[in-house]
Amino acid sequence: MKLSKPQLIVNGKRIDGRGPQDLRQIKIEVGVLKNADGSALVEIGGTKVLAAVYGPREVVPRHQEQVDRAIIRCRYRMLSFSTLGERKSPAPTRREIELSKVIREALEPAVLSMQFPRAAIDIFVEVINADGGTRTAGITAASVALADAGIPMLDLVTAVAVGKVDGVIVLDLNEIEDMYGEADMPIAAMPSLKRITMIQLNGVLTPDEFKKALALALEGIDKIYQLQKEALRKKYVEIEE
Amino acid sequence: MSLTPEIPVIPKIKLDSILNVVSKGFHIDKRPLLNYRSIEVNKNVAPNADSSVLVKLGHTQVLVGIKIDVGQPFPDNPEEGVLIVNAEYIPAASPSFEPGPPDENAIELARVIDRSLRESKAIALNKLVIIPGKKVWIIWLDIYVLDHDGNLLDASMIGSMLALAQLKIPYFEVDPVTGNVKVDKSKRITSLPINRYIATVTVYKIGDVLLVDPTAEEEAIASASLSISVSEEGNIVGMQKRGLGFFLEKEIEQAIEISLNKGKELIELVKKFAL
Repeated sequence: MKLSKPQLIVNGKRIDGRGPQDLRQIKIEVGVLKNADGSALVEIGGTKVLAAVYGPREVVPRHQEQVDRAIIRCRYRMLSFSTLGERKSPAPTRREIELSKVIREALEPAVLSMQFPRAAIDIFVEVINADGGTRTAGITAASVALADAGIPMLDLVTAVAVGKVDGVIVLDLNEIEDMYGEADMPIAAMPSLKRITMIQLNGVLTPDEFKKALALALEGIDKIYQLQKEALRKKYVEIEE
Repeated sequence: MSLTPEIPVIPKIKLDSILNVVSKGFHIDKRPLLNYRSIEVNKNVAPNADSSVLVKLGHTQVLVGIKIDVGQPFPDNPEEGVLIVNAEYIPAASPSFEPGPPDENAIELARVIDRSLRESKAIALNKLVIIPGKKVWIIWLDIYVLDHDGNLLDASMIGSMLALAQLKIPYFEVDPVTGNVKVDKSKRITSLPINRYIATVTVYKIGDVLLVDPTAEEEAIASASLSISVSEEGNIVGMQKRGLGFFLEKEIEQAIEISLNKGKELIELVKKFAL
């Protein structure tokens, strides 16, 4: 039994006042780091994630290189003070190791790695502040950073979580909803191509609820996708002028 | 850091011939695409473990063992027992596995199994409390991949479910003065309380064909896979997409239908083995 589960839906409103199908406030900034080839900072509600991309560049150590494609390397991690409660040890946790893989595999289908044989594209996702949806914010940020680095892609990758709290299917869960809800399902997609590149389900859904949740996620993804494009345009249009 | 894995060279050379067979509706070992290989289990292969099962899925072999101990509950869940899942790909299992601590694939596999068991409440952890907030049963579920011929996750879930179903809780006494728990593993009376059986069905995508239970060669050229855990009530209790490729919405719906059907079969089979 979890300690004192709060009521998550009151009069159809969520704990932070949103309706079930609302996203939190989103801010996307492009090119926030000088040294990285591409970078982006994504804020979604209380979650704040920085992504940096280096490459295509030489592979060190050399034995990792592949003759027919660029390798993508990805590291997701949470800063030691990014979570509520105790300090997180900076040593990589099993969760971080899994999420590094999941984020890489969410981005791989979009990147045209065959154009850069023997090269590496490095993606670093750093969670500065965690309030639910850090992996999805990380994917959203990383794909903008990849575009900022000028890496050819089929499409951006956009991610958002859906879930079930107090029996209601909701979009973009925050930390409390994730912790006490019945299900949490992060999804990433290439919105123009309608290709789903990541899906995880942590919790229980009936097949019908799943269908509804997936549709809601794809709607949310379309909205975030517009913000990603806007952020990229803003940076590059300003430079041209 | 997580990096793009290299596709082994043999399946790459055989790519066209595998694609050809698969597009005709068959696995390279002539099974229909949605059939599992033969499943064989040996129970109690490691008698020192509190429960152990060797699962053979075709040539894939997975050994699952459980040790049960008394320990402290997690502070955020004081009235529940503890389940800890770990997986290791031993170097004996494949030329591509290296010695060392579990890599990202092993960690991911263990975490997917752990989440599915936990979220579905497959085992009644709330009935594993000895002294609330102080002493609970801790179940260490360890998965060792002995031979890798594809579809490790599905085999691991069959083994995990079966090992849990076999597990008998040892006899114990609580010292009324000190509160110490004395365990006598030579006497076992009660079975581990199971709420429901679950199974994981991984649907792989080769070209644009969906199939289940590939061999290692087929798995190596699959662009992506979607592991779906289903409960005996027909709910979806866990999901994980893996691999470099993608799924279309329609393919995900198909994959769910496949896993609900196949999951039912696997659960029946596991229940039969558990008897």
